[in-house]
Amino acid sequence: MTGIEDTASRFRELPFSRGKSRVDRDRLLRIATATGLLGVAVALPFALHTFFIFQTTMVLIYAIAIIGLNLLTGFNGQLSLGHAAFYAIGAYTAAILMEKFGVSYVWALPAAAVICFVFGFLFGLPALRLEGVYLALATFALSVATPQILKLSIFENWTGGVQGLVIVKPDAPAGLPLTSDQWLYFFTLAVTAAMYALAKNLIRTRTGRALMAIRDNPLAARSMGINNAIYKAVTFGVSGLYTGIAGALGAIVVQFVAPDSFTIYMSVALLVGLVVGGVGWLPGAFFGGAFILLVPNVAEQFSKGLSGATYGLMLILLMLVMPGGFGGFLRLISMAPKPSSATTKAP
Amino acid sequence: MELLWQQVAAGFASGAIYACIALALVMIYQAIGHVNFAQGEMAMFSTFLAWQLMQWGFSYWIAFIGAVGISFAAGIVIDRLIFKPVRAGPVLTQIIMFVGLLTVINSVAGFIWDFTSKPFPSPFGANPLFGSWLISTHQAVMIAVTFMLLLYGFFRYTRVGLAMQSAAENPASAKLVGIRVEWMIALGWGMAASIGAVAGLLIAPIVFLEPNMMLGILLYGFAAAVLGGLSSPGGAVFGGFAVGIIENLSGIFIPVVGAEMKLTIALLIIISVLVIKPTGLFSVNQAERV
Repeated sequence: MTGIEDTASRFRELPFSRGKSRVDRDRLLRIATATGLLGVAVALPFALHTFFIFQTTMVLIYAIAIIGLNLLTGFNGQLSLGHAAFYAIGAYTAAILMEKFGVSYVWALPAAAVICFVFGFLFGLPALRLEGVYLALATFALSVATPQILKLSIFENWTGGVQGLVIVKPDAPAGLPLTSDQWLYFFTLAVTAAMYALAKNLIRTRTGRALMAIRDNPLAARSMGINNAIYKAVTFGVSGLYTGIAGALGAIVVQFVAPDSFTIYMSVALLVGLVVGGVGWLPGAFFGGAFILLVPNVAEQFSKGLSGATYGLMLILLMLVMPGGFGGFLRLISMAPKPSSATTKAP
Repeated sequence: MELLWQQVAAGFASGAIYACIALALVMIYQAIGHVNFAQGEMAMFSTFLAWQLMQWGFSYWIAFIGAVGISFAAGIVIDRLIFKPVRAGPVLTQIIMFVGLLTVINSVAGFIWDFTSKPFPSPFGANPLFGSWLISTHQAVMIAVTFMLLLYGFFRYTRVGLAMQSAAENPASAKLVGIRVEWMIALGWGMAASIGAVAGLLIAPIVFLEPNMMLGILLYGFAAAVLGGLSSPGGAVFGGFAVGIIENLSGIFIPVVGAEMKLTIALLIIISVLVIKPTGLFSVNQAERV
């Protein structure tokens, strides 16, 4: 492809040169894809074995957590190695409310969301003064210390100490012909869809553009009148909220919380999911979620240390070869020269 | 009162080890301006190497020198293989690289040597001075201080040390005066890996040898390095002793939860120093040009 043709084809892709029909076609295509995917997602639990329903539910839960991390890291440029802590707080909030206070799981979720938002916001305040490496350091420390904090003997009445807490699995509402696994899957699916839509809208609005401006050039963002401090702290809170909801759902689905499930390696796993899916690309969260669930399953069959090694190698190789992750891969395919100039771009 | 002094002395002993880890972190920070999240795992791997050499029948000191030497080479290889290609990349990329390295080393060590903990001999005999501490306070302090003086002298008075500093501060200008910037960075990695190896060999008799042994220690190393300032070797040593003493004293003076909160205390130290004085106690403020 010569330079002129290249420019011409790119010019045709600019929005103002598009015909109205083309925009409509893009939109239709996108709606069709979304409807199709949702249809498959709804049909899935009727076709799968119980264990696979559980696994698909976990993929969705990880996806919510990765969306949260993506909002913070991918769109706002603040790296967190401590998201296992938010996941843990969400999980423990749900577990304690359900087991000690008899709250319904439906109400445990918003409670976990609020608590994680507040915690994230509060952690975000000192984090305002930290950039890059220092923020990574502080969140790393948070993640390493989390299991020990959860084991503290003064909280043992609520947290159950080292043993953790067991949760009773909620049943499907009376009248619905579903097993509790299927019901939990649909519940999670609904929450995931809602959270995804919210994140998508957040990114599209003025607020989202402000977040990205802060990521790309904090100084320019500030001089345009964006209040960097409040945006960054609130983003930390929102990110914590997403991860907390994921944690609460995870606790309900797994029916068990214990301090040692929320180690630094969980934070690393979420980071792997983010990088594999594509930093700054929301749908990537689902690919990332599937990756971090499936890889340990496969790798642990061969050797105990293998899943960690795969995670690490994946991080290093992706950063070296394809920093865009799966999203970047899709974009690369869609940008490959084709006979017709009408190329679809990844959203 | 006697208990207090005993705890302070024990704090010095553990502080010396934190100081070594902090020194290694400072080395990398001097070389590339980043915090090495994989430092603890690198030290752990070096310690396993020494253990393996001893299993093969070498004496302690040969294994010691062997492990430190191999670590030096490995540090250079890691830099050339993993970090050189992303040198110009964003901070995020580099931190992800460190995290990836941490995970890989941890798993590979578990893969080769298993996740069970192994006893590790101490060079100073098995006659403890303070409870379970196998290395005496005096020796530990001597090691850390010697290291600090050596590093200080290296950075202040030798050609290579000065070249390394200038390569980190202003790579373009350093290149113009004929410094081979890339090799200076690789050298920094090698030295950091070696210092980490020494720290690992010192701590191994106390915490037992296993792939996850360095995670908590690394956190204290971070706290020490941040407290002293990431670009100051003297500060790192001071920070190491301070963190060691704080850790031991909080164990007896904070009621009920003192002994269970060790990692939390490191977390609190890191966050409060970063918030109140991000450059640490001994670093100079660096103005950023906008």
